[in-house]
Amino acid sequence: MSNSETPPNASRRRLLMALPLAGAGVVGVAFWKMLSGMEHGSFNPHDINAPVLNRPVPDFTLPDQPPMQGFNTQDLRNLTQPVLVNFFASWCIPCLAEMPTLMTLKDKLTMWGIAYKDRPENAENFLKHSGNPFSRLGSDHEGRVGIEWGISGVPETFLIGPGGVIRWHTAAPLTDDILSQTLLPLVEKLKAP
Amino acid sequence: MLSPELGHYALALACVLAAIQGILPLMGARRRDVRLMALAPGLAIGQLIALLTSFLCLVYAAVTDDFSVQNIAANSAVSKPLLYKITGVWGNHEGSILLWALILGLCGAAVAAFGRNLPSALRARVIGVLGLVATGFELFCLTTSDPFARIWPAPMDGQGMNPLLQDPGLAFHPPILYTGYVGFAVPFAFAIAALLEGRVDAAWGRWVRPWAVAAWCFLTCGIAMGSWWSYYVLGWGGYWFWDPVENASLIPWLTGTALIHSAIVVEKREALKIWTVLLAIGTFSFSLSGTFLVRSGILNSVHAFANDPARGVFILGLLAVVIGGSLALFAYRAPSLTSGGLFAPVSREGALVLNNILLCSLCAVVLTGTMYPPFMSLLFDRTISVGKPFFDATTIPLALPLFIFMGFGPMLPWKRAQLWPILQKLWVAAVITAIACAVAAFKLSGVLPILCAAAAIWIITSTITDVVERVRLFRAPFATSVQRARMLPRAIIGTAIAHIGVGITVLGLSAMSQAQHKIVEVPIGTTEHLAGYDWTLTNVKQEPGPNYTAMVGTLEVRRNGHLITVMHPSKRSFNTQNQTTTDVAIHTNLLADLYGVLGDKHGPESNPTYVLRLHYNPLAPWMWLGALVMAFGGALSLSDRRVRVGAPQRAKSSAEMSAAS
Repeated sequence: MSNSETPPNASRRRLLMALPLAGAGVVGVAFWKMLSGMEHGSFNPHDINAPVLNRPVPDFTLPDQPPMQGFNTQDLRNLTQPVLVNFFASWCIPCLAEMPTLMTLKDKLTMWGIAYKDRPENAENFLKHSGNPFSRLGSDHEGRVGIEWGISGVPETFLIGPGGVIRWHTAAPLTDDILSQTLLPLVEKLKAP
Repeated sequence: MLSPELGHYALALACVLAAIQGILPLMGARRRDVRLMALAPGLAIGQLIALLTSFLCLVYAAVTDDFSVQNIAANSAVSKPLLYKITGVWGNHEGSILLWALILGLCGAAVAAFGRNLPSALRARVIGVLGLVATGFELFCLTTSDPFARIWPAPMDGQGMNPLLQDPGLAFHPPILYTGYVGFAVPFAFAIAALLEGRVDAAWGRWVRPWAVAAWCFLTCGIAMGSWWSYYVLGWGGYWFWDPVENASLIPWLTGTALIHSAIVVEKREALKIWTVLLAIGTFSFSLSGTFLVRSGILNSVHAFANDPARGVFILGLLAVVIGGSLALFAYRAPSLTSGGLFAPVSREGALVLNNILLCSLCAVVLTGTMYPPFMSLLFDRTISVGKPFFDATTIPLALPLFIFMGFGPMLPWKRAQLWPILQKLWVAAVITAIACAVAAFKLSGVLPILCAAAAIWIITSTITDVVERVRLFRAPFATSVQRARMLPRAIIGTAIAHIGVGITVLGLSAMSQAQHKIVEVPIGTTEHLAGYDWTLTNVKQEPGPNYTAMVGTLEVRRNGHLITVMHPSKRSFNTQNQTTTDVAIHTNLLADLYGVLGDKHGPESNPTYVLRLHYNPLAPWMWLGALVMAFGGALSLSDRRVRVGAPQRAKSSAEMSAAS
């Protein structure tokens, strides 16, 4: 905000005033790349499962989230039966909303939970109040494992088939409709052979 | 008579008029041709009439169930109630773009009608720039999202509207929100006109501010309505999800708030001129990119809007022209604008600079959080989420100092102030805040909610102190105080009310951090306890609605055995779309909301159990009430005499001189 008209100062000023344009230009090019990626199908911000579907689970190790034992990549790769892995958090209301649905699923399918970006004591309290459908629980306090799995938020649910391969994924809270129409038929198919 | 073809024709006509409005007056202002400049108001009003005709045609087609129009067939149905047939016009992509264009046309006509005291060259340039922007959007509407396209054969019935949108709150939310977004086109046009003219002075600041304040009022109301809608329609008990669509409205609100404050400095001290021009350009650019990027599908959101990458390319091109063009002009012309002198850090203008720095940092944080996921995914092919924990951890520490400075900023005199006398005046407010802090520490859990609650009390008490000091209440005879209060400019009262509104909202937000909830699966007749209330599900029955069937629960809430309220949360199944929505039951006593949601039905038909979600939300209504108070304060300051007259008032009484400082 100086009033001086000396050349070096003026050219610096000129540069400064061009900064917003340069910033907008960079962002604009990035948006254009995203849009053209979306048209060619190489970039899809909605379809998060594309990079992980039908691939083995990423490498990770999760510490115990009381009251259950934690788990790691090897545990999932050694599976012989399908397991549902659910990311949840005590601060997430939609997670709370899907809990009763998970509870109804408890007898039909093994479920492992990951408390995402949540203090272990808060997550434990959450499960005490809403019920605990999980048989193993890991704590992802830092959110690092969530990054490995590529989640976009909580709740997110992955169906892991035998051998630790991701077979199905959703970024929306589970509902009875999703269970009966999509998830349970898929579980039956995975159990069959 | 009001056929879709007429509407289509009127839209094309509006586009042509807008193009002429964008070219001739700007040429006239350059050549100092009075006749060309004088065309501007007439063209702006003509464009508005054409747009109104076009919009009416679409409303008429919706009301008369003309399913040969593709847009109506896809979004309406015979069984839809009349109100939603009308409001459904802007509940979809094509119609909402037409509404955008209509509001932009209204803005141009408003400048034509109320801008009579502007210098003719400035007025011609402002209207011309608005015309250029309108041309772009009307072209977009005509070429990629034609609301009047016909289909053949016409279906017997339409597909119906997204049931989530069938709600009175959402029906009027888009027009208000869009008026906020589009309203910032006027300050934008003023900024471009100033750059073209190469001159920004105090008068420019005075002219641009009312337009910015008006747009800001609408945007504030629009955001509050959107938040309220997600509170009672999505049924998750939350009011703000840091969703890209919500952030897209918050970002221009933050820069817009900075703009209405920095324009004061331009008006009073002829400083911060380049910055204010940049803010005006930035606010409208954010309004544009937010709303349109959401529709292109780049930003992932829970809010429904048809996504179409092909449309996105047109939008991006349009954004490149509008934003890129204006920033290029800024880079070219801004260095030649003379900048104002330096000023003391402790002064009103110093406080306003601080306000701008904090607001823009907040904006940068929200922008980063919103744009990080798609950028990570583009650059590193990794998807990550940025959620509530990030925003809570980053925005609150920036907002707290803002709240503290908000308390005494308006009390600082211009040019050079001394902090100590001001702080002495504020000792009562400080004591009340300290007491409030102690009470909050006792009642609330968590450090940040306590600090936020104390900050809210500080804003309210110090703002009241400011007004009390100005009218010399308790110091002068009561009659004198009343006299002084009458002479107080509306702008000052408006500012005080708007600041108190912020305090009310922040109080509501801090109390909401203590909300309690419970989720249970119960048979009929069970009683649950939450937050000192006994909630009993006494009955669930099926009820038919106009275009849905509802499962309605009866929830009796008692406290110490006394019946407080009977609530009817329900779940609606819509016949046409095979979709269900939850209809939340809310009982409020203004200090807290009791909030009940009926969920899925489980178990055998003979003895079913129902999922019930119960929330106790303390001070929830205050969050939206505060926003309304803010908007009211803004509107009140618009009625200030100085704004209406449009020139500084020369004959001020001595009382007013000192009251207005």
